[in-house]
Amino acid sequence: MPEQTEVTKTDHPHRLDTLKSATTDSPLLRVHEASSKDAFLLLQDGSIYFGRGFGSGSDSVGEVVFNTGMVGYPESLTDPSYAGQILCFTYPLIGNYGVPSYKERDAFGLPKSFESGSIQVKGAVVQEACKTPSHWSSEKTLSEWLASEGVPGIEGVDTRALVTRLREVGVMMGIIANGQDLDQADRFRDQLRKAAGYDTIHLVREVSVRTPVVYGTGDRRVALIDCGAKLGIVRNLLSRGYQVVRLPYDSSYSEVMKHDPLGVVVSNGPGDPKLCVETVGCVESLIGSDVPTLGICLGEQIVGMAAGVETFKLKYGHRGQNKPCIDLSTARGYVTSQNHGFALDPNSLSKTDLKAWFVNADDHTIEGVYHRSKPCIAVQFHPEAHPGPYDTNFVFDKFAESMGHPRKRGEEIRSVSK
Amino acid sequence: MVNPNIATIQTSRQFSENIRFVPVTPQYVEEVIEEESPDAVLLGFGGQTALNCGIELSRSGVFDRHGVKVLGTPVHGIEITEDRDLFKQTMVEIGIPVPRSRAVYSQDEAREVSRDLGFPLMVRVAFTLGGKGGGVARDARELSEIVERGLSSSLTHQVLVEEYLGGWKQIEYEIMRDGDDNSVIICNMENMLGMRVHTGDNVVVAPSQTLTNSEYHMLRSASLAAAKHCGIVGECNIQFALHPESERYGAIEINARMSRSSALASKATGYPLAYIATKLALGYSLTELKNKVSGVTTALFEPSLDYLVVKMPRWDTDKFDGASRRIGTSMKSIGEVMAVGRGFEETIQKAARMLGPRHDGVVAPSPARTREALVESLEHPTDTIVFDIADALRGGLSVEEVSSKSEVDQWFVTKLKNITDSYAELERLPPDSLPEKLVLSRAKTMGFSDRQIGELVALDEDRVREARLASSVVPVTKVIDTLAAEWPAKTNYLYQTFDGAVEEAPPSGKRKVIVVGAGPYRIGSSVEFDWGTMNMAWALKNNGVEEVIVVNCNPETVSTDFDMSDRLYFEELTVERLLAIYDKERPEGMVLCVGGQTPNDLAVALEKRGVRVLGTSSQSVEAAEDRGKFSALLDRLGIPQPSWGSFRSPAEASEFCSSVGYPVIVRPSHVLSGAAMRVVWDPTDLERYVLKALRVNPDYPVTVSEFLEESREVEVDAVSDGKTTVIGAIIEHVQNAGVHSGDAIMSIPTVSITKAAKEKIRTYTRSIARELKAKGPLNIQFLVKGRSVYVIECNLRASRSLPFVSKATGVNLIDLIAPAVLGGTLERKTDVEEPKEFAVKAPQFSFLQMEGADPRLGVEMRSTGEVACFGGTFKEALSKAFIATGHKLPGGGERGILLLEEAGDSALSEPLIASFAKKGIRIDSLSYDSPPEILEQTLASISEGRVSFVLSFNTNSNSTSQTLQKVRRKAIDLQVQTFTTVEEAEAVLLCIS
Repeated sequence: MPEQTEVTKTDHPHRLDTLKSATTDSPLLRVHEASSKDAFLLLQDGSIYFGRGFGSGSDSVGEVVFNTGMVGYPESLTDPSYAGQILCFTYPLIGNYGVPSYKERDAFGLPKSFESGSIQVKGAVVQEACKTPSHWSSEKTLSEWLASEGVPGIEGVDTRALVTRLREVGVMMGIIANGQDLDQADRFRDQLRKAAGYDTIHLVREVSVRTPVVYGTGDRRVALIDCGAKLGIVRNLLSRGYQVVRLPYDSSYSEVMKHDPLGVVVSNGPGDPKLCVETVGCVESLIGSDVPTLGICLGEQIVGMAAGVETFKLKYGHRGQNKPCIDLSTARGYVTSQNHGFALDPNSLSKTDLKAWFVNADDHTIEGVYHRSKPCIAVQFHPEAHPGPYDTNFVFDKFAESMGHPRKRGEEIRSVSK
Repeated sequence: MVNPNIATIQTSRQFSENIRFVPVTPQYVEEVIEEESPDAVLLGFGGQTALNCGIELSRSGVFDRHGVKVLGTPVHGIEITEDRDLFKQTMVEIGIPVPRSRAVYSQDEAREVSRDLGFPLMVRVAFTLGGKGGGVARDARELSEIVERGLSSSLTHQVLVEEYLGGWKQIEYEIMRDGDDNSVIICNMENMLGMRVHTGDNVVVAPSQTLTNSEYHMLRSASLAAAKHCGIVGECNIQFALHPESERYGAIEINARMSRSSALASKATGYPLAYIATKLALGYSLTELKNKVSGVTTALFEPSLDYLVVKMPRWDTDKFDGASRRIGTSMKSIGEVMAVGRGFEETIQKAARMLGPRHDGVVAPSPARTREALVESLEHPTDTIVFDIADALRGGLSVEEVSSKSEVDQWFVTKLKNITDSYAELERLPPDSLPEKLVLSRAKTMGFSDRQIGELVALDEDRVREARLASSVVPVTKVIDTLAAEWPAKTNYLYQTFDGAVEEAPPSGKRKVIVVGAGPYRIGSSVEFDWGTMNMAWALKNNGVEEVIVVNCNPETVSTDFDMSDRLYFEELTVERLLAIYDKERPEGMVLCVGGQTPNDLAVALEKRGVRVLGTSSQSVEAAEDRGKFSALLDRLGIPQPSWGSFRSPAEASEFCSSVGYPVIVRPSHVLSGAAMRVVWDPTDLERYVLKALRVNPDYPVTVSEFLEESREVEVDAVSDGKTTVIGAIIEHVQNAGVHSGDAIMSIPTVSITKAAKEKIRTYTRSIARELKAKGPLNIQFLVKGRSVYVIECNLRASRSLPFVSKATGVNLIDLIAPAVLGGTLERKTDVEEPKEFAVKAPQFSFLQMEGADPRLGVEMRSTGEVACFGGTFKEALSKAFIATGHKLPGGGERGILLLEEAGDSALSEPLIASFAKKGIRIDSLSYDSPPEILEQTLASISEGRVSFVLSFNTNSNSTSQTLQKVRRKAIDLQVQTFTTVEEAEAVLLCIS
């Protein structure tokens, strides 16, 4: 888990009158809105969004991004791909079904509702954080959960206005300031200016395992190169009968092959793929030596770079559970779960041995590739879902086939009756 | 387009060049197929009626014989979803759990299943709509009753007996699937009242609020798999029961057609389900269609909402004597509203207000009830359940208790508790002083109206509004764009909320007008006013208005399709909200005269607050609706009217009645569709109904007028610019005066009205319109008795019959009036010619769904819809109209007529009975004083299907014998029609001769 980049909290009580008078020049704030608020989100472009603090009550810097999924906040907040980011949920009511216990396990002994062992985001932005959740599996409220892991949140924000801003200007760095006087805003502006940019931080290094971790048993083994892997990937491999060895992101080719894997999955993860030099080198060797390889999300970008494809940063990324992708080999469309800010550059793709497999039906960006001659496939979306739809779960079956073990498609309809 | 519903916009020329107003029955549809030789047919867009008719046509080989292709979901797929056994098998095959159940075809089988599954049991009826005929059986007797009712309403005489999952969550998914196996979920919805209440009667929230990612996507995957295995092409709705304390679930049913839920999903998300479903049926794939809202993204996606919607049903159970107000698994509501917001509290409070002026929100000052009474109201929900929950919370019940008694998830109850707590906070404020900014802002975010806040601090609504505006506590406008602002959207589909900071959709500088719609469908205000709203919107565009802004809150309408107007506000029809929209948009004016009573009633209040109301002035509207003023006007013009008086007590009224003689009509002022209106035959009833009317509208006196027996009722729809008046049509009712015009069968042209009487009617209409300075549509009702013509009522707004008149004559009256509404003059100066062809409009009733209601007609409207059919003769049009509303005309053989005789009835019916007998039709009769064994025999003959219809005439009394009431109810339950006027019976006689 990455360390919190925590800002020293000031002891000033928040003075409403100051807050009010200072708001008149902000077009994004109406006076009555400010009066009950004690926190703000300040963006790099100077715009300020007022709200009420929840969670840890600390201050936090990160790249501000948004996700359009309407369910799955426990999964999203623990997704290591969000490391270094402040996540805004576009659905206004978050926390309705509370937060389950990490102790609640699924059939594989993994935490049922989480994608890693802790909250990965730098902060959460919502319209309303539910204080009175209702669900049989709930153990605590969203705010209690964030507080227990030292992560701040801000609610009461006009999230639609924030999203519109991010869409128009592009994602940018921001800071959540809790319990602050607005006259401190300049201080936070300074802090923000000085903070390291998201794209320059080697976040993968912070979220990857340091030493190998083994899941499951058996001799049919898959190596998972962990750039910030979601547990969903592990679940999908386990459910197909593989043992999973989760390896540090900077494992060398020989370190990977030492485990005698049938194939290798290069996981999702945070940050700019250009920083994952070691992983790219390893994957290049894996592909070159015909080891079946599956890249997911950041893993896809790494596979791409290993084959010589350029990457670029999307203006505001794709984060949600409703993203349409077309399988170019069949013309079928699928609804996918996505969380990425970078993508493969289609122009440079044509000069390599990779071919486009999936494209995004909305903006036509590359959403998946396959190798002309090698057993290598990669997808930009999340076939493991969690959160999101299971429709592209078959990607894991394709991967299994490439390892010479055609498996029945995973449990698509989760019948849990009785 | 085959649809006999005359009032809907769908049967307008804008939408189809070739409309057949014939019954949607196999016989008539086959005739259309023979005449038109269509290449293909769509079955999924006309509800259960069209689907059932299509299945029958397919089974009987009509489609094959004529080479007609069924587009969209193939008939076999429809059968899987409709046949309870097949559905269950199919689900089990693909691993989707279903509740334990068995399809049965007889009482014996049902009893057998009850022994296996135990009570309570859920009974579902195959091939029906709205849970019609089904219900929950708690014991053997109830089971037998429901099964009997169910077997007779099912197309296949099949019912499903199923374990009862009352306490489970009810979750729905709307699925879109194309022929290439691409599929998406458009919307999921959670029913606040769970499985115990039919979704049509439920408070529905989209998206689901209490489902985890795991539950949401488990059910989503099951939905897609189910749709695939049923071979859906186009749109379908699937319903699940989800256990509240585990991930156990069961699939309940699939509707392989556009349904009420689909319409709601369409409005809730902005995804045009019907449009895309049609494209898919035509063979397009989801991947090649565009998202109409964004204009750039694809139709293959799942809408992401950054708001929530709450749908609340509108019931009218109180209009039916004897009807139970309990709600359950069989649908009783008649309409619905949908509210949009960013928080649940604000949204459900908006929804409550949208239901009508009766509610200011979910909390109402109400007499304190005992704990027991509150618990009872939660355990056995009625149409007031949401308000009962609020009452219970205010009465001190805990959230947990309310949740366990009502089986409503604690999440919803807590939200309602936030509202009641906030209400209590407002109650504690000092009276006569304006709340401070913070309090005001919080109250508005909790969804309270200015009026309600005003009441709590003893201040006028306007003072609260001023204070609010002064501290800039104003709502912001947000856009519904299907994709949570992720892509720039091109729609102007808007709502307002206090839960936001940034205003969207800046007003344009165009020449614009706001048209206010009709609100929820209810008895007396239905699709006809949506027709009016939209036709006015189009007519204004044709008359130089550049931007038409529609405001409405009914998800079942065309006027709330975002692509029908230039701007759509899915909003409350309250003075507060309309002013907010008016202030933002600064239009040329507001049109309130085409949406029925709801907008019409707001005219005075809005005009007083500076709104420029287009069309007839609110003073004129008032002059027509105020009995005293209108009567004086008639006297001034020398136009006869029945004697009348207005009274504030039964005693005052009694004196008047003895002078004019009974019967008389009693009615409250300012109501639509004759609410609490009655024909009264004696002093005892007089007292009862005068008191009732005073309760309905305590601010106004009760009107009592002379009732002219045996007179013909006639009405006129006309348009006027104050100088020129153009009469659209003179319409004659089939029934004599005394049946509400909304329930009457009516004909254009008239059948029995003399030329001289019609001349008088035209003259009177012109002089009344001129005198009232009407600048818009108007409707006048007349009584014709011999040579005399009396005026009984005048309304200066679009009437219920306006689409009927426009379609019967081919002259759209709204088109004529638009220039006058904008301040100009009518271009047409002459009355519309009487059509050569006959058009007959007949009401559609829903007595079956109104458990316990007595199907007698009277001056208070009860029908919930209407049809109209055309014919070269009155008889032909009438016969078709009868069949289109589901009547089965007697055709000799086994099926006879059952005559129910009240005391002193026989004189009335003797000649009629003789005529039926002459046609060889068997007449059984039952008298009010028949012994019990005859009653039993009679009930049995209805059960055995030996009765084609029941005659039970309204006699000179408001009371009726229990015996006869029982028979009428039995007939309704088994869908045997009851006629309650001699004129209707004569009409039937005419049709079969």
